[in-house]
Amino acid sequence: MADVAVLVFPGSNCDHDAYHAVKHVMGMEARFVWHKETDLGNPDVVLVPGGFSYGDYLRSGAIARFSPVMQEVTKFASKGGLVLGICNGFQILLESGLLPGAMLHNQQLRFTCKQVFLKTEQFDTAFTNAIPKGDVLTIPVAHGEGNFTAPEDTLKEIEDNGQVIFRYCDAFGNVIPDVNPNGALHNIAGICNKERNVLGMMPHPERACEANLGSEDGKFIFQSLMNILEKA
Amino acid sequence: MYKARISVTLKPSILDPRGKASHGALKNLGFHTIQDVRMGKIIDLDIQADNEEAAKEMASHAARKLLANEVMEDFHVDIVGVS
Repeated sequence: MADVAVLVFPGSNCDHDAYHAVKHVMGMEARFVWHKETDLGNPDVVLVPGGFSYGDYLRSGAIARFSPVMQEVTKFASKGGLVLGICNGFQILLESGLLPGAMLHNQQLRFTCKQVFLKTEQFDTAFTNAIPKGDVLTIPVAHGEGNFTAPEDTLKEIEDNGQVIFRYCDAFGNVIPDVNPNGALHNIAGICNKERNVLGMMPHPERACEANLGSEDGKFIFQSLMNILEKA
Repeated sequence: MYKARISVTLKPSILDPRGKASHGALKNLGFHTIQDVRMGKIIDLDIQADNEEAAKEMASHAARKLLANEVMEDFHVDIVGVS
Protein backbone atom coordinates (compact mmCIF):
# COMPACT_ATOMS: atom_id res chain seq x y z
CA MET A 1 0.00 0.00 0.00
CA ALA A 2 1.23 3.48 -0.85
CA ASP A 3 3.07 5.05 2.06
CA VAL A 4 2.72 8.80 2.49
CA ALA A 5 5.05 10.70 4.83
CA VAL A 6 3.31 13.85 6.08
CA LEU A 7 5.92 16.31 7.37
CA VAL A 8 5.22 18.25 10.54
CA PHE A 9 6.93 21.58 11.26
CA PRO A 10 6.31 23.81 14.27
CA GLY A 11 3.33 25.78 12.98
CA SER A 12 2.03 23.25 10.45
CA ASN A 13 -1.76 23.23 10.72
CA CYS A 14 -2.95 21.19 7.76
CA ASP A 15 -0.94 18.12 8.66
CA HIS A 16 -3.88 16.35 10.29
CA ASP A 17 -6.23 17.27 7.43
CA ALA A 18 -3.73 15.85 4.95
CA TYR A 19 -3.27 12.71 7.07
CA HIS A 20 -7.05 12.26 7.29
CA ALA A 21 -7.63 12.73 3.56
CA VAL A 22 -4.81 10.42 2.56
CA LYS A 23 -5.50 7.68 5.08
CA HIS A 24 -9.18 7.71 5.91
CA VAL A 25 -10.64 8.96 2.65
CA MET A 26 -8.19 7.58 0.09
CA GLY A 27 -7.07 4.48 1.98
CA MET A 28 -3.32 5.04 1.63
CA GLU A 29 -0.91 4.50 4.49
CA ALA A 30 -0.01 7.78 6.17
CA ARG A 31 2.35 8.71 8.95
CA PHE A 32 3.71 11.92 10.43
CA VAL A 33 7.40 12.76 10.17
CA TRP A 34 8.65 15.44 12.59
CA HIS A 35 10.83 18.11 10.99
CA LYS A 36 13.83 17.17 13.13
CA GLU A 37 13.96 13.65 11.73
CA THR A 38 16.93 12.78 9.57
CA ASP A 39 15.30 9.64 8.19
CA LEU A 40 12.13 9.67 6.12
CA GLY A 41 11.72 5.92 6.30
CA ASN A 42 10.88 4.59 2.88
CA PRO A 43 7.91 6.62 1.66
CA ASP A 44 6.29 6.56 -1.77
CA VAL A 45 5.19 10.16 -1.39
CA VAL A 46 6.35 13.03 0.81
CA LEU A 47 3.58 15.49 1.57
CA VAL A 48 4.61 18.93 2.80
CA PRO A 49 1.42 20.32 4.37
CA GLY A 50 0.11 23.82 4.81
CA GLY A 51 0.24 26.02 7.85
CA PHE A 52 2.53 28.70 9.19
CA SER A 53 5.84 26.94 9.75
CA TYR A 54 7.95 29.00 12.16
CA GLY A 55 5.16 31.59 12.23
CA ASP A 56 6.03 32.67 8.68
CA TYR A 57 8.86 34.70 10.27
CA LEU A 58 11.32 36.22 7.80
CA ARG A 59 9.49 34.84 4.73
CA SER A 60 6.96 32.04 4.55
CA GLY A 61 8.83 28.73 4.33
CA ALA A 62 12.25 30.37 4.67
CA ILE A 63 13.20 28.85 8.01
CA ALA A 64 11.46 25.49 7.58
CA ARG A 65 13.58 24.76 4.52
CA PHE A 66 16.61 24.42 6.83
CA SER A 67 14.90 21.85 9.07
CA PRO A 68 16.88 18.60 9.10
CA VAL A 69 14.11 16.69 7.37
CA MET A 70 14.27 18.96 4.31
CA GLN A 71 17.74 17.69 3.44
CA GLU A 72 16.24 14.23 3.26
CA VAL A 73 13.36 15.50 1.16
CA THR A 74 15.84 17.07 -1.27
CA LYS A 75 17.70 13.76 -1.55
CA PHE A 76 14.41 11.90 -1.97
CA ALA A 77 13.29 14.30 -4.71
CA SER A 78 16.62 14.12 -6.54
CA LYS A 79 16.16 10.37 -6.82
CA GLY A 80 12.77 10.90 -8.45
CA GLY A 81 10.67 10.53 -5.28
CA LEU A 82 7.20 12.11 -5.43
CA VAL A 83 6.83 15.28 -3.36
CA LEU A 84 3.58 17.23 -2.98
CA GLY A 85 3.72 20.63 -1.30
CA ILE A 86 0.44 22.32 -0.42
CA CYS A 87 0.17 26.03 0.43
CA ASN A 88 2.90 26.63 3.04
CA GLY A 89 4.36 23.35 1.77
CA PHE A 90 4.59 24.93 -1.70
CA GLN A 91 6.32 27.95 -0.16
CA ILE A 92 8.82 25.68 1.59
CA LEU A 93 9.58 23.88 -1.69
CA LEU A 94 10.18 27.25 -3.38
CA GLU A 95 12.49 28.42 -0.61
CA SER A 96 14.42 25.16 -0.73
CA GLY A 97 14.96 25.48 -4.46
CA LEU A 98 13.07 22.29 -5.31
CA LEU A 99 10.71 24.47 -7.33
CA PRO A 100 11.49 27.71 -9.21
CA GLY A 101 10.13 31.13 -8.21
CA ALA A 102 9.02 32.80 -4.99
CA MET A 103 5.89 33.96 -3.17
CA LEU A 104 4.90 37.55 -2.48
CA HIS A 105 2.14 38.90 -0.28
CA ASN A 106 -1.22 38.72 -1.97
CA GLN A 107 -1.73 41.69 -4.24
CA GLN A 108 -4.80 42.86 -2.29
CA LEU A 109 -2.82 42.44 0.96
CA ARG A 110 -5.50 40.32 2.55
CA PHE A 111 -5.58 36.74 3.65
CA THR A 112 -7.81 34.97 1.15
CA CYS A 113 -9.90 31.97 2.18
CA LYS A 114 -12.44 30.74 -0.38
CA GLN A 115 -13.30 28.14 -2.98
CA VAL A 116 -11.53 28.71 -6.28
CA PHE A 117 -11.82 27.12 -9.69
CA LEU A 118 -8.75 25.50 -11.18
CA LYS A 119 -7.83 24.68 -14.73
CA THR A 120 -5.49 21.72 -15.09
CA GLU A 121 -2.83 22.39 -17.72
CA GLN A 122 -1.02 19.04 -17.73
CA PHE A 123 -2.65 15.65 -17.33
CA ASP A 124 0.40 13.44 -17.86
CA THR A 125 1.87 13.86 -14.37
CA ALA A 126 1.88 11.70 -11.26
CA PHE A 127 -0.39 14.29 -9.64
CA THR A 128 -2.99 14.91 -12.35
CA ASN A 129 -3.51 11.72 -14.38
CA ALA A 130 -6.86 10.95 -12.72
CA ILE A 131 -8.36 14.39 -13.39
CA PRO A 132 -11.06 14.15 -16.08
CA LYS A 133 -9.90 16.23 -19.06
CA GLY A 134 -11.93 19.40 -19.40
CA ASP A 135 -13.14 19.36 -15.79
CA VAL A 136 -12.76 22.54 -13.80
CA LEU A 137 -11.73 21.65 -10.24
CA THR A 138 -13.25 23.33 -7.20
CA ILE A 139 -10.71 23.45 -4.37
CA PRO A 140 -10.30 26.05 -1.59
CA VAL A 141 -7.38 28.41 -1.08
CA ALA A 142 -6.41 29.89 2.29
CA HIS A 143 -3.30 32.04 2.26
CA GLY A 144 -1.81 35.50 2.70
CA GLU A 145 1.22 34.90 0.52
CA GLY A 146 0.23 33.11 -2.65
CA ASN A 147 1.25 35.72 -5.17
CA PHE A 148 3.60 33.62 -7.28
CA THR A 149 6.44 35.49 -8.90
CA ALA A 150 9.57 34.61 -10.85
CA PRO A 151 12.13 36.48 -12.95
CA GLU A 152 11.00 36.84 -16.58
CA ASP A 153 13.38 34.23 -17.97
CA THR A 154 12.42 31.71 -15.26
CA LEU A 155 8.74 32.30 -15.92
CA LYS A 156 9.29 31.71 -19.63
CA GLU A 157 11.16 28.50 -18.89
CA ILE A 158 8.38 27.27 -16.58
CA GLU A 159 5.80 27.99 -19.26
CA ASP A 160 7.85 26.55 -22.14
CA ASN A 161 8.56 23.34 -20.24
CA GLY A 162 4.90 22.84 -19.39
CA GLN A 163 5.64 23.12 -15.68
CA VAL A 164 2.49 25.10 -14.93
CA ILE A 165 0.05 22.47 -13.69
CA PHE A 166 -2.85 24.53 -12.30
CA ARG A 167 -4.17 28.03 -13.05
CA TYR A 168 -6.95 29.98 -11.36
CA CYS A 169 -9.92 30.19 -13.73
CA ASP A 170 -13.66 30.90 -13.74
CA ALA A 171 -16.34 28.21 -13.49
CA PHE A 172 -16.02 27.58 -17.22
CA GLY A 173 -12.26 27.19 -17.28
CA ASN A 174 -11.44 30.66 -18.60
CA VAL A 175 -8.16 31.93 -17.20
CA ILE A 176 -8.91 35.61 -16.63
CA PRO A 177 -7.39 38.24 -14.30
CA ASP A 178 -10.72 38.80 -12.49
CA VAL A 179 -10.59 35.40 -10.81
CA ASN A 180 -6.96 35.60 -9.75
CA PRO A 181 -7.20 35.48 -5.92
CA ASN A 182 -3.72 36.80 -5.14
CA GLY A 183 -2.08 38.43 -8.15
CA ALA A 184 0.02 35.40 -9.12
CA LEU A 185 1.78 35.76 -12.46
CA HIS A 186 -0.17 34.09 -15.30
CA ASN A 187 -2.82 33.01 -12.74
CA ILE A 188 -0.42 30.30 -11.58
CA ALA A 189 -1.83 28.13 -8.77
CA GLY A 190 0.54 25.17 -9.01
CA ILE A 191 3.80 24.23 -10.71
CA CYS A 192 6.04 21.21 -10.92
CA ASN A 193 9.78 20.84 -11.40
CA LYS A 194 11.34 19.98 -14.76
CA GLU A 195 11.50 16.29 -13.84
CA ARG A 196 7.79 16.42 -12.90
CA ASN A 197 8.13 14.55 -9.60
CA VAL A 198 7.73 17.60 -7.33
CA LEU A 199 4.46 19.57 -7.33
CA GLY A 200 3.63 22.69 -5.35
CA MET A 201 0.13 24.14 -5.24
CA MET A 202 -1.55 26.89 -3.22
CA PRO A 203 -5.08 25.38 -3.15
CA HIS A 204 -5.79 22.69 -0.56
CA PRO A 205 -6.87 19.38 -2.12
CA GLU A 206 -6.94 17.77 1.33
CA ARG A 207 -9.81 20.11 2.24
CA ALA A 208 -11.82 19.01 -0.77
CA CYS A 209 -12.04 15.24 -0.41
CA GLU A 210 -15.51 14.81 1.09
CA ALA A 211 -18.90 15.98 -0.16
CA ASN A 212 -19.65 17.42 3.30
CA LEU A 213 -16.83 19.89 2.75
CA GLY A 214 -18.30 21.23 -0.48
CA SER A 215 -16.13 19.45 -3.00
CA GLU A 216 -14.48 16.11 -3.62
CA ASP A 217 -12.24 17.32 -6.44
CA GLY A 218 -9.13 17.09 -4.27
CA LYS A 219 -9.43 13.31 -4.45
CA PHE A 220 -8.36 13.39 -8.11
CA ILE A 221 -4.90 14.51 -7.06
CA PHE A 222 -4.44 11.76 -4.49
CA GLN A 223 -6.03 9.21 -6.85
CA SER A 224 -3.46 10.22 -9.49
CA LEU A 225 -0.66 9.38 -7.07
CA MET A 226 -2.30 6.04 -6.28
CA ASN A 227 -2.62 5.23 -9.99
CA ILE A 228 1.09 5.85 -10.56
CA LEU A 229 2.17 3.91 -7.48
CA GLU A 230 -0.02 0.94 -8.35
CA LYS A 231 1.62 0.74 -11.75
CA ALA A 232 5.13 0.94 -10.34
CA MET B 1 31.73 43.42 18.23
CA TYR B 2 30.40 44.91 15.01
CA LYS B 3 26.82 45.89 14.33
CA ALA B 4 25.88 45.05 10.78
CA ARG B 5 22.68 46.33 9.22
CA ILE B 6 21.22 44.38 6.33
CA SER B 7 18.63 46.19 4.22
CA VAL B 8 16.47 43.80 2.26
CA THR B 9 14.36 45.23 -0.54
CA LEU B 10 12.25 43.74 -3.30
CA LYS B 11 13.97 43.78 -6.69
CA PRO B 12 12.86 46.77 -8.78
CA SER B 13 11.13 44.45 -11.28
CA ILE B 14 8.94 42.89 -8.55
CA LEU B 15 5.62 44.49 -7.71
CA ASP B 16 5.46 45.53 -4.06
CA PRO B 17 1.83 45.23 -2.87
CA ARG B 18 2.53 46.74 0.56
CA GLY B 19 4.41 49.69 -0.92
CA LYS B 20 1.67 50.24 -3.44
CA ALA B 21 -1.08 50.24 -0.81
CA SER B 22 0.88 52.66 1.38
CA HIS B 23 1.52 54.89 -1.61
CA GLY B 24 -2.22 54.98 -2.27
CA ALA B 25 -2.88 55.98 1.34
CA LEU B 26 -0.23 58.71 1.19
CA LYS B 27 -1.81 60.11 -1.97
CA ASN B 28 -5.18 60.18 -0.22
CA LEU B 29 -3.54 62.18 2.56
CA GLY B 30 -2.34 64.75 0.06
CA PHE B 31 1.27 63.68 -0.43
CA HIS B 32 1.05 64.26 -4.14
CA THR B 33 4.77 64.75 -4.70
CA ILE B 34 5.63 61.25 -3.47
CA GLN B 35 5.99 59.32 -6.68
CA ASP B 36 6.53 55.79 -5.41
CA VAL B 37 6.82 53.76 -2.21
CA ARG B 38 8.83 50.55 -1.89
CA MET B 39 9.03 48.64 1.38
CA GLY B 40 11.71 46.36 2.70
CA LYS B 41 13.10 45.24 5.99
CA ILE B 42 16.09 46.04 8.12
CA ILE B 43 17.89 43.27 9.96
CA ASP B 44 20.54 44.16 12.56
CA LEU B 45 23.19 41.62 13.47
CA ASP B 46 25.78 41.77 16.26
CA ILE B 47 28.84 39.98 14.93
CA GLN B 48 32.02 38.93 16.68
CA ALA B 49 34.73 39.43 14.08
CA ASP B 50 38.40 40.41 13.78
CA ASN B 51 37.73 43.40 11.58
CA GLU B 52 35.03 45.31 9.76
CA GLU B 53 35.64 43.52 6.48
CA ALA B 54 35.20 40.09 8.08
CA ALA B 55 31.99 41.23 9.82
CA LYS B 56 30.61 42.55 6.56
CA GLU B 57 31.49 39.32 4.79
CA MET B 58 29.76 37.27 7.49
CA ALA B 59 26.60 39.40 7.23
CA SER B 60 26.56 39.03 3.45
CA HIS B 61 26.94 35.28 3.80
CA ALA B 62 24.00 35.14 6.23
CA ALA B 63 21.90 37.25 3.88
CA ARG B 64 22.60 35.05 0.89
CA LYS B 65 22.00 31.86 2.84
CA LEU B 66 18.84 32.80 4.73
CA LEU B 67 17.92 36.41 5.35
CA ALA B 68 17.20 37.44 1.77
CA ASN B 69 15.64 35.48 -1.07
CA GLU B 70 17.55 36.56 -4.13
CA VAL B 71 14.81 35.33 -6.44
CA MET B 72 12.80 38.39 -5.47
CA GLU B 73 14.96 40.47 -3.11
CA ASP B 74 18.18 42.48 -3.14
CA PHE B 75 20.18 43.17 -0.01
CA HIS B 76 22.78 45.66 1.13
CA VAL B 77 25.09 45.42 4.15
CA ASP B 78 26.39 48.38 6.20
CA ILE B 79 28.51 48.25 9.31
CA VAL B 80 26.74 50.76 11.56
CA GLY B 81 28.57 50.36 14.86
CA VAL B 82 31.55 48.95 16.72
CA SER B 83 31.68 48.13 20.41
